[in-house]
Amino acid sequence: MVKKEKLLEMLYSMVKIRRVEERLLDIFAQGKIPGFIHVSIGQEAVAAGVCSCLKTDDSIFTTHRGHGQAIAKGVDLKRFMAEVYGRKDGYCKGKSGSMHIASKEVGIIGSNGIVGGGIPISLGTAFASIYRGEDKVTVCFFGDGATNEGTFHESLNLASLWNLPVVFCCENNGWSQFTPQKVYMKLENISKRAESYGMAGVTVDGDDVLKVYEEAEKAIVRARKGQGPTLLECKTHRWFGHFAGDAQKYRSPKEIQEARGFDPIGKFQKFLFESKYISPEYIDKIEAKIKSEIEEAIAFAESSPIGGIEELFNDVYA
Amino acid sequence: MKETRYVRAITEALSEEMARDENVFVIGEDVGGPGGAFSATKGLLETFGERRVRDTPISESAIVGLAIGAAAQGLRPVAEIMFMDFLTVCMDQIVNQMAKMRYMFGGIYKLPVVIRAPCGGGLNAGPQHSQCLESWFAHVPGLKVVMPATPYDVKGLLKASIRDDNPILFIENKALYALKGEIPEEEYLVPIGKADVKRAGKDATVVATSRMVHQSLEAAKVLSNEGIDVEVIDLRTINPLDKETIFKSVEKTSKLVIAHEAVKAFGIGAEIAAMVCEEMIDCLDAPVLRVGAPFVPVPFNVEKLYLPNSEDVVKAVKKVME
Repeated sequence: MVKKEKLLEMLYSMVKIRRVEERLLDIFAQGKIPGFIHVSIGQEAVAAGVCSCLKTDDSIFTTHRGHGQAIAKGVDLKRFMAEVYGRKDGYCKGKSGSMHIASKEVGIIGSNGIVGGGIPISLGTAFASIYRGEDKVTVCFFGDGATNEGTFHESLNLASLWNLPVVFCCENNGWSQFTPQKVYMKLENISKRAESYGMAGVTVDGDDVLKVYEEAEKAIVRARKGQGPTLLECKTHRWFGHFAGDAQKYRSPKEIQEARGFDPIGKFQKFLFESKYISPEYIDKIEAKIKSEIEEAIAFAESSPIGGIEELFNDVYA
Repeated sequence: MKETRYVRAITEALSEEMARDENVFVIGEDVGGPGGAFSATKGLLETFGERRVRDTPISESAIVGLAIGAAAQGLRPVAEIMFMDFLTVCMDQIVNQMAKMRYMFGGIYKLPVVIRAPCGGGLNAGPQHSQCLESWFAHVPGLKVVMPATPYDVKGLLKASIRDDNPILFIENKALYALKGEIPEEEYLVPIGKADVKRAGKDATVVATSRMVHQSLEAAKVLSNEGIDVEVIDLRTINPLDKETIFKSVEKTSKLVIAHEAVKAFGIGAEIAAMVCEEMIDCLDAPVLRVGAPFVPVPFNVEKLYLPNSEDVVKAVKKVME
């Protein structure tokens, strides 16, 4: 049984992800954030469930839709927010923005704007771990769309062949940008692809954080013990568009409504109430705490300076 | 000094750096048991074992990606891509990932990755195994592009590249692998970003790369019989480009020819010509000329007609001397 402390940690993480992203949508609409942002609202259980099994010095790779994983892996919200704002006090001096956050301290090796682009790189952190005789694990997050990229196949084959300590976490929200899964893939369960690489593969209800946690834990322990990689498919639902501002004309209102019916936070809270782990007051308490954390982070970001000409030329070469 | 072939100079560089630094490892297709398609990694598996000499599936993106991730963790991978043409298979990893990570993430990473790949014709290997694509990569900020022409330079520059903290595309040349040359017995490095005057002269400057360095030296010999004294500069590194050495020579000779095996159009020659015109046109006594391949794929059957050679260099130098 998962310890209460861990359950509450996951709940906090999920609520925090959602509230941060709701607020980001809001701030983005006000024109305060440059570039584009992609929110993961509705998919919080995947980030929280998987990252709860990891240690700080384990590595993750995430995607353009990566706020959730970054928060669940433990970023400092102020520096995260400053980064999304493109400010100097951000994790990457404001040079990464929403789509490319990385932090060595937190173990976020990189967030990738290229679909499937991070998968081969995740082999490298996993390789470094066995090269040095360490027991660090790498988790590489990507979407369902990425599993049709060549990099996915090359990487899973090599990871399996070399027994690399990596978990490939496919966050399947059913949408490859504007296209539904059945239009671009005959398979229903992407985890089935694992078999062709001689790798463990499992599909889990990605809206159920306990199930995500349970399967992620197994996969991560396996990887840590040198028993090889896993393809962990978490089926979840994207509540919003591909990017903030996406009018989603390619989705029917009914389908969007149905997607929003799968609420990982509501589901988890219900479980926690019923199991008497928490009271409604507890929810109020964490909501208030998160709200103040977010406002503090926004204030920090907005007061942080934007880089000048020196930032243009810095960091091209070491 | 001892006589060594270009390919063995590469093996020596790899072996010495692996012995010196535990973080250096070699990865690529057939680099282990077979010792590489051109035998550059011959014997490394026996000396350093499977942990540090990693044979991979035919998966160029996975090879380069793994190298990037390992470098982000402090290792110093040397990846072999069997033919330069195959770099196009893993362009995303090289251009969007490896070249961007340091800048995009605000300088938190050093990425000491070396990708070795041979360019060039001469083996009748056809359009997909003979290209010289150095200008593609020189155009990408974040990458360094090294292109040595002699056994001495290939060894010293490979060692320097492995010790450099930046991603480096190390372009070898298939037609040069068997070339013999003198190298010191003792350890040495050749600095990245420094061109080398391979022949001093006063009448015209020829800036050349890789195989065309040798063609240009041959041309210089022919021209010296006709009383034309040519200075041949071997660029050795494409990016960062050694402007100083080029400019100093052009100041002296006032005439410039650039010779490379890559297609002439949109190549390194155009960059150097533009740079000289922008910054020192008053020094020039003649238009800058370029020697390069015609704008066609590298042909299998009539490769000889395609490859630029010493006669082309002779013609170009005579033209700038008119």
